[in-house]
Amino acid sequence: MSSPELKKNRPSLSLRIPQPKSRPGDTPDFSNLIIPDAGAAPRPDIAAHPREMMNLAWSLIRVLDSKGRAVGPWDPRLNPETLRRALNHMLLVRAFDDRMYRAQRQGKTSFYMKCTGEEAIAVAQAYALDRNDMCFPSYRQQGLLIARGYPLVDMMNQIYSNAQDPVKGRQLPIMYSTKEYGFFSISGNLGTQFPQAVGWAMASAYKGDDRIAAGWIGDGTTAEGDFHYACNFASVYRAPVILNVVNNQWAISSFQGIAGGEESTFAARGIGYGLPSLRVDGNDFLAVYAATAWAAERARANLGATLIELYSYRAEGHSTSDDPARYRPADEPRCWPLGDPIERMKQHLMALGEWDEARHEAAQKEAVEQVRAANAEATANGTLGEGKIPSVKTMFEDVYKDVPWHLRRQRQQMGV
Amino acid sequence: MATMTMIQALNSALDVMLARDENVLTFGEDAGYFGGVFRVTDGLQKKYGPTRCFDSPISEGGIMATAVGMGAYGLRPVVEIQFADYIYPGYDQIVSEAAKIRYRSAGEFTAPITVRTPYGGGIFGGQTHSQSPESLFTHIAGLKTVIPSTPYDAKGLLISAIEDDDPVIFFEPKRIYNGPFSGHHDQPVQPWSKFAEADVPEGHYTVPLGKAAIAREGNDVTVLAYGTMVHVSKAAAEESGIDAEVIDLRTLVPLDIETIVASVEKTGRCVIVHEAPRTSGFGAELAALVQEHCFFHLEAPIGRVTGWDTPYPHAFEWHYFPGPARVIEGLRKAMER
Repeated sequence: MSSPELKKNRPSLSLRIPQPKSRPGDTPDFSNLIIPDAGAAPRPDIAAHPREMMNLAWSLIRVLDSKGRAVGPWDPRLNPETLRRALNHMLLVRAFDDRMYRAQRQGKTSFYMKCTGEEAIAVAQAYALDRNDMCFPSYRQQGLLIARGYPLVDMMNQIYSNAQDPVKGRQLPIMYSTKEYGFFSISGNLGTQFPQAVGWAMASAYKGDDRIAAGWIGDGTTAEGDFHYACNFASVYRAPVILNVVNNQWAISSFQGIAGGEESTFAARGIGYGLPSLRVDGNDFLAVYAATAWAAERARANLGATLIELYSYRAEGHSTSDDPARYRPADEPRCWPLGDPIERMKQHLMALGEWDEARHEAAQKEAVEQVRAANAEATANGTLGEGKIPSVKTMFEDVYKDVPWHLRRQRQQMGV
Repeated sequence: MATMTMIQALNSALDVMLARDENVLTFGEDAGYFGGVFRVTDGLQKKYGPTRCFDSPISEGGIMATAVGMGAYGLRPVVEIQFADYIYPGYDQIVSEAAKIRYRSAGEFTAPITVRTPYGGGIFGGQTHSQSPESLFTHIAGLKTVIPSTPYDAKGLLISAIEDDDPVIFFEPKRIYNGPFSGHHDQPVQPWSKFAEADVPEGHYTVPLGKAAIAREGNDVTVLAYGTMVHVSKAAAEESGIDAEVIDLRTLVPLDIETIVASVEKTGRCVIVHEAPRTSGFGAELAALVQEHCFFHLEAPIGRVTGWDTPYPHAFEWHYFPGPARVIEGLRKAMER
């Protein structure tokens, strides 16, 4: 033990509170980001040991280069028809978000969450997964539903909490649920779905099924125990699951350093659990598709789970309830060095000679039109703003399979 | 018919359900190869293989979460939380997920999960192996809460819980795993084999959820109890000479209100006995319900005999535990007016 005299010359302890590089009024500063070249990351065999691919947790898998060309071993070589379809889906997601954001501002519903800047993630992952694989999403993966062809009008009915709402007005807007489309009911308690996806995958393996599961959380939620339960159980039981961390830099107003993103990457968390851990450019449709397809193939081959960090940027507010200009520079989204996923896909298709400005403009219009038509149908079913909600009688149903006496009595007491 | 302890009866229920339904599987800390720290899953891994009965990491949150995922897939998991005192890391998954998933998905996804967990004191477990947290679960919409007090009921109720399509929290009174307990800790334990309730059919049978049992018929005062306290209450009635009717609730949610009301209307008096702390304990709900349903039949204030509002203290186990002396005092008080 050292004596008090020896300690005198040391500085006092100080508590570090992480701070982002720029705040409102500052010039956005991404100078600390290390962005490897597209095509630089190696693509290991799916059967390779996780130890042989540890560098991928600190690297960044990128396929699209600055000129919009697909390069390197991760190029999934999708045909132009698929690429155009994917671009249309991303445009549809963006048009949907814009329309629903306005609907909230118009008082038609209470709440909305956009995924602007992150469209490539859910859409590419829906393309890479099989239609029957089970998704345990967080709240910014509306692209999964749209890419799987879930009716826009049903999403809107849910957002409006109207009489046609598939979940009967019980859930906050955007907390969709549809078993038919392999989309687990979204929870507002962040992270709970991550280890649930592992449990579903364990069940699939237990039954000798061929379906796999995928879960999504954000960078902020990796701080929850659920993230670690998921990694641990996925590793221990070699569950056929893809664990996706969407690092969009911001958890409401807290930058990713508050979740521990400055000390190491979120992908690197998986290494301690012996999971293959990939860090991927989330604004690069082709890279997201390729990494997800790799992980899916690995899971289906009974080789277990993969952790994927999808490196992206939340270009708008967390939800309709916050103003991002209060906690980050207003022009920060425009300065994000990895660009916009839709623009990059457009550039790629144009580089291939498979797309042009006129077609792009027409596709945008078509997406807006499709959303407008769905919205007309949904608003005709009613909106929360007008008070056209499901029958209040249904409030006491589905708490249990059968309505117990005490709930029957409470319903009678309410007079319905 | 065989003579079984409560542990053997619970093991038999799991055995029956694993044999009948391939969608049933069971897991928990030390629940696989070793058969559980209380031996409830003993032999099941050997009989059904490691994918039907297996060990889990020390992760109640992970256990509950994976069970929810399995339930969403269509399995019927039975998980063991080693001590009820350890359940809190899994509480979010129970309360926000298992309990709510049917409602929030409008019936598309369900959580047909049974959570088995030993609870209660009387074994010198100190504050982390003795708790009775049932009221933290009875308060939650979407959960059923079950507590047996005999080997026969334990097996029949556990089978009902596993077959139930809603999540069931199944509290096992560990003090009476091997024999009923009068509360006289200084007297030798009587094994279950000496009691008729230990006669348990070897095959499949059920005891329905939501139905109480009359553990002792009587005319003077109604005692509402469950788990270990059923036996303590019966002993108190015998020793005091007060002709108490002891109702074993067996299921707290949904509660068998009819049996309670019929008894209190007959006796005109009611004492509630539980081991959990008093404030906001399930006894508060029972007292409110009895008052709402039976006010004009009551001859005396409703009494509560409970654990104290302190942590469960190791050295003061028998000061904390509401033993026969405290129950008798409660009965006498109810009979004063």
